[in-house]
Amino acid sequence: MSLRGRDIVSIHDLSRDEITALLASARKMVRAAEGGRAPATLAGKIVAMAFFEPSTRTRLSFESAVQRLGGSCLTIADAGATSLRKGESLYDTIRMLSSYADAIVLRHPNEGSARLAARASDRPVINAGDGAGQHPTQTLLDLATIQERFGTLSGLKVVLLGDLKYGRTVHSLAHALAEFGSEIVLSSPPSLRLPEEHRAELQHRGAKLREEPDLPKAVREADVLYVTRIQKERFPDEGEYREVVGSYRIDAPLLAAAKPRLIVMHPLPRAGEIAAEVDATPHAAYFRQAFLAVPVRMALLSALLGPAGRGR
Amino acid sequence: MRELKITPIRNGTVIDHIGNGLALDVLKILGVRELDRDSTVSVALHVRSGKLGWKDIVKVEGVELSPRAVNAIALIAPTATISIIRDYRVREKRAVDLPARIVGVLRCPNPNCISNQPEPLESEFEVAARRPTVLVCAFCERRVTDFVRHLA
Ligand SMILES: Nc1ncnc2c1ncn2[C@@H]1O[C@H](COP(=O)(O)OP(=O)(O)O)[C@@H](O)[C@H]1O
Ligand SMILES: [Zn+2]
Repeated sequence: MSLRGRDIVSIHDLSRDEITALLASARKMVRAAEGGRAPATLAGKIVAMAFFEPSTRTRLSFESAVQRLGGSCLTIADAGATSLRKGESLYDTIRMLSSYADAIVLRHPNEGSARLAARASDRPVINAGDGAGQHPTQTLLDLATIQERFGTLSGLKVVLLGDLKYGRTVHSLAHALAEFGSEIVLSSPPSLRLPEEHRAELQHRGAKLREEPDLPKAVREADVLYVTRIQKERFPDEGEYREVVGSYRIDAPLLAAAKPRLIVMHPLPRAGEIAAEVDATPHAAYFRQAFLAVPVRMALLSALLGPAGRGR
Repeated sequence: MRELKITPIRNGTVIDHIGNGLALDVLKILGVRELDRDSTVSVALHVRSGKLGWKDIVKVEGVELSPRAVNAIALIAPTATISIIRDYRVREKRAVDLPARIVGVLRCPNPNCISNQPEPLESEFEVAARRPTVLVCAFCERRVTDFVRHLA
């Protein structure tokens, strides 16, 4: 499959068929991502990592993906955007960068920055997180994790747990899952419920959607339990935060009543939402999820930059 | 010519069929971007109208509105008609028309949007729905329905 020259700013920039094809291509990249023989689809290509905000796993997995495919990286990993740009606009910075590289991966604190970068650049731009906005490759690797375990993205019961209000990964995942026909079960504290706008949009698209604030009950029926970080800053006081975090903790006793095939996912890094004892159970899928970032990003980079008509 | 609620103007623009009570918002749009100091502006509030029941009218002497001002008026007063007066006669008359993209007229309500940073690009919104109008920021996808508060 080829997506030559396209910008990937939002998961909505990809059709359902394109997502399916990317996931299939990512499956073929798994061996190469583990260090096996890789196609040199990015040989001679340079990919710029423009990270204006700290990120470890997103940047490193992109860099790994580029290098596995024989390409090389130009990396701006300086979190202090000002020292790098010296007051230069993002538009000018990207314009300049697009003349040094064949594609740009952007992480930036302002919403909409990737859309602006896509206009500034005549090379493909991949959004690797714009503030509270979009992060399409995270959604792709979430889907890849579910697909790898179940062989399908439809007919599953997926519980989204925790901060459904601010968690950007959860919004685009919910939209994609709805598109593929899985049932979405929302489980969150009242103050962190999915915003009405997203709920309406999902229902409008015919999503199977319901709420189950009772966590043990939600876990019993789930095929996938997607856990998000609950951020302290979102709460007015420490006490309320502790109470919520306490009631959404995933541990072995809670999972004892789960289906054997249940997988627990988390975008990482975790901060106590999932007890370490879960790591040793067959339910733990979050480290696999982190690994799949590499083959998924390899598949996307190949589709954007690889030779046209190849790499299918 | 039918009865004129306000003194005739020689050259200028008449914005008629403004929804009842919206004339002050129209003035706000004109005030922030268009008027040169020599223009006389007359406003008629709560005028009988066949179509609308009641309407407001704004007349601006000596000024022909720019397309951008017309777009802004279309946002808050979609029923308005704009007549260009030259030498006391109506020379052009048209309904305002909301374009598919609104460029530069509004500020994005999301303070963290890149369009509110010092970048060499104008704000931009796409029309997501009509009647009532809903706009979506072309950068951060934030929805806007309260246009008067977010005039650039
Ligand atoms: N010379 C003028 N000075 C001020 N207002 C005028 C002038 N000529 C027309 N108008 C106003 O411009 C608007 C459009 O004029 P016209 O096409 O004659 O009326 P209508 O839209 O009511 O059929 C009306 O509000 C009318 O009162
Ligand atoms: Zn915006």
